[in-house]
Amino acid sequence: MEDLGEIVGEFLMESHENLDQIDQDLVSLEQEPDSRDLISRIFRAIHTIKGTSGFLAFSRLEKLAHAGESLLSRLRDGVQPVTPETITVLLLCIDGVRSLLSSIEETQSEGDVDIDNMIVKINAQMNAPTDPAAAAAPAAAAAPAAAVEAPAAEDEAEVPESVEQEAAAARPAPEPVAEQRQPLGQILVDAGAAQPTDVSSALQQQIEGDERKLGTILLEEGKTQPAAVNEALQQQAPKRSIADSAIRVDVDLLDTLLNMVGELVLARNQLVRGVMETGDSGLVRSAQRLGMITSELQEGIMKTRMQPIEHIWSKLPRVIRDLSNSLGKQVQLVMQGKETELDRSLLEAVKDPLTHLVRNAVDHGIEDPERRIAAGKGPEGTLTLRAYHEGGHVAVEVADDGAGLNVERIAQKAVEKGLLRPEQIPNMDKRDIMAMVFQPGFSTAAKVTNVSGRGVGMDVVKTNIENIGGAVSVDSTPGEGTVWRLTIPLTLAIIQALTVDCADQRYVVPQVAVLELVFIDGNTTKVEYASGAPVYRLRGKLLPLVRLDRALGLEVGGDQGVYIMVLQADGRRFGLVVDRVLNTEEVVVKALNTRFKDIGLYAGATILGDGKVGLILDVSSLARRSHLAVDSERETVADKRGTAAGGTERLLVTAVGERRVAIPLDTVTRLEEFPRDRIEHAGSREVVQYRGQILPLVRLSHLLGAYGEELEGDTVSVVVYSEGGKSVALVVDRIVDIAENSTTARRDAEEDGLVGTAVIQQRVTELLDVRRAILAADPNFYSDSMDDMMVEV
Amino acid sequence: MASRQFATFEVDGQLFGVEVHTVQEVLSYNEYTPVPLAPPAVGGLFNLRGQVIAAVDLRVQLGLARQALQGPVMNVILRGDGEPVSLLVDKIGEVVDLDDDTFEPPPDTLSGPTRELVVGTFKLDGRLMLALDVNQAVDTYRATN
Repeated sequence: MEDLGEIVGEFLMESHENLDQIDQDLVSLEQEPDSRDLISRIFRAIHTIKGTSGFLAFSRLEKLAHAGESLLSRLRDGVQPVTPETITVLLLCIDGVRSLLSSIEETQSEGDVDIDNMIVKINAQMNAPTDPAAAAAPAAAAAPAAAVEAPAAEDEAEVPESVEQEAAAARPAPEPVAEQRQPLGQILVDAGAAQPTDVSSALQQQIEGDERKLGTILLEEGKTQPAAVNEALQQQAPKRSIADSAIRVDVDLLDTLLNMVGELVLARNQLVRGVMETGDSGLVRSAQRLGMITSELQEGIMKTRMQPIEHIWSKLPRVIRDLSNSLGKQVQLVMQGKETELDRSLLEAVKDPLTHLVRNAVDHGIEDPERRIAAGKGPEGTLTLRAYHEGGHVAVEVADDGAGLNVERIAQKAVEKGLLRPEQIPNMDKRDIMAMVFQPGFSTAAKVTNVSGRGVGMDVVKTNIENIGGAVSVDSTPGEGTVWRLTIPLTLAIIQALTVDCADQRYVVPQVAVLELVFIDGNTTKVEYASGAPVYRLRGKLLPLVRLDRALGLEVGGDQGVYIMVLQADGRRFGLVVDRVLNTEEVVVKALNTRFKDIGLYAGATILGDGKVGLILDVSSLARRSHLAVDSERETVADKRGTAAGGTERLLVTAVGERRVAIPLDTVTRLEEFPRDRIEHAGSREVVQYRGQILPLVRLSHLLGAYGEELEGDTVSVVVYSEGGKSVALVVDRIVDIAENSTTARRDAEEDGLVGTAVIQQRVTELLDVRRAILAADPNFYSDSMDDMMVEV
Repeated sequence: MASRQFATFEVDGQLFGVEVHTVQEVLSYNEYTPVPLAPPAVGGLFNLRGQVIAAVDLRVQLGLARQALQGPVMNVILRGDGEPVSLLVDKIGEVVDLDDDTFEPPPDTLSGPTRELVVGTFKLDGRLMLALDVNQAVDTYRATN
């Protein structure tokens, strides 16, 4: 009984595989209805299922498979043509087989799946009016086994025989038997590309000692066409992997092996480090050899877990067919790079997001035929799936040639949802706006169909892909289509990483996030501060810095002799300041104890070369945390930008303590120098008498918290600002220059009193929030009453 | 009479015990990787034969000052729920067989953080052993101030 259980299990597993293949083949068959090759393959697969289910006494399954087989045999024999309707019915039959199998898997019995209805449909199809010889159907169906070899004469009686033998031996075939190699001459004759007599005479020449190949002989004697020979040669090549060259291995075993190889990598790292210290050249050589072997072994083990992406793509033709039919659209599917391999666990994780993107592309991307024709395109849309390797990652693209994303509608929707402010839109990159579709609850679909809104939204796609360390992006050209792009790491288990030191501890940074390293010597390269926020000028552009020690809540070190790791995550670029960068090595990622998940800064842990545990930093969460302040500030800056005419503006650059502060020139009325002794006090405020008015003073050094030494000297420099008959004076240390600044070169400030920072004349300069500075000098400046000041006079 | 086996250990002079079947192993380890921003009761991480184990400082859980993690510290590694977790203790004691009739609920006068971690008191010859609630003891998100 237990044996039977095992047999059933194996049967289920194989049948599921076969069914996926049948699905795919049926959809292909619809495209090339004349392919006898495809029909035979489908026929054999379903025949295997029928045979085995009969042996295992799953009578209803057998009955259904038999019905499908009968229809197929008619197609194969050319009794009736392949039509979309036949394909639909056959797919229906496959679905029925599938639900019976699931029922067997769950309950060990066939359950109450309704097959009669399906069989009626199949029979109806066989008796369809297109069929001139309906009476022939039962006859053809009655002897399916005998008929199998008909399409491929060279197969001999191999196929049905083996099925029967194996059924008798209670070992179902692992795969439908692959095609035997057919002689080239036979193929050419079958295809009508050569005459049997020519082939015979060519064969005779070979027997008589002509060493040329058959194709060559035929070609050189002008008996056939080069294209026909090429085609025949391709046909001759085996179509599917042959069962003999592969074995089934338990995935758990592979996982265990992978773990052990991980350990081996660690032990190797430790050993190599130790051996290097001894300096024994013999040992070093052995260690290097060991290192190489370990790397190769690791690569080999990783490969065993790799599967071509075709594995998850194979279900998509069916998905697209069903969906486009139900939506009345015409969609052609193109697959490129289906042999691209990915780690098994990653494939699993990518499956659902990919299916969602494909459904979405068919549903919303590709237009219906009328609209396509109206737009000057062919009625049939093209959906392209593309997979390829790219710099240690695998990129998977889902591209459609549909209408493209409507950026304006997305922007409008984002504003409605409160995700963006209207003023932000004009300054935003088109792609950034498009990326809003990945926000939770975001859908621009004018109507909700049963396809969209099935629980998996774009935000779930994004989360799922990010969970495996990947990224999602979208690009679209109106009228030309949309490309969704998934970037997926090759594997999860072992990553290339940089080890760094920070506050006496060692951390690990995944190398994919690292763009470059900069050493800060304090002279030629240095960290600058924009009102407390550290920045570095990377080739003239400001790079915001995050101090790792500060981010981790540790004691904050100095700015000299440190390294900046330029990192990229979530589309943001920033510099991570660490004490030392040690080396790159391959580390095995260990899941971190669940209790640390909440901290969010760690992507995992690893065992370092010295046996200690090292924490792997989660670069995107570091970025998110450190930029939270910026995001809120950005809005205020956007406000200001909205009011400015855009383009360049003229700035008055002043020095305040060690800092450079810029004031928009159009708000400046006059520049003045006041003798220090003319400054008087009114209440807690400093004032000067100026042109018959009381002019309140505000020291920018106080406002901005830049308490440097008070400058010695008899005079103070002030910037006078007037509006509506009132004036205030901003005290600076020195007027430096007037400069032009393009508003784009800015970064947003992290501090009150400033609207941002910019590089002006090659130096970091802070942009003053003038309104705030004025209110600090005179809280009533913008109100009508000047009473307070008058009273004090 | 029903009896249970307890693994015992000392923290700050007090004898504690956990049931033996909850303990995976006991070992001394001397290199811990601190986890910045983790709850204070997390002493650090260490490498147990390739597995990353979190060590919970029982002193902090009991409202005492942190263990100075310099030099070897004793770990009682508990099987935990799917993932082993270690308790940092001062000193390892014996494994003792205890009859259920030597058990009493914690005394009413016992208060503070210790009270929440302890399920009861066993009366041993000449000293008392507090039986720890294993789940509470390793819960680093418990309100400890």
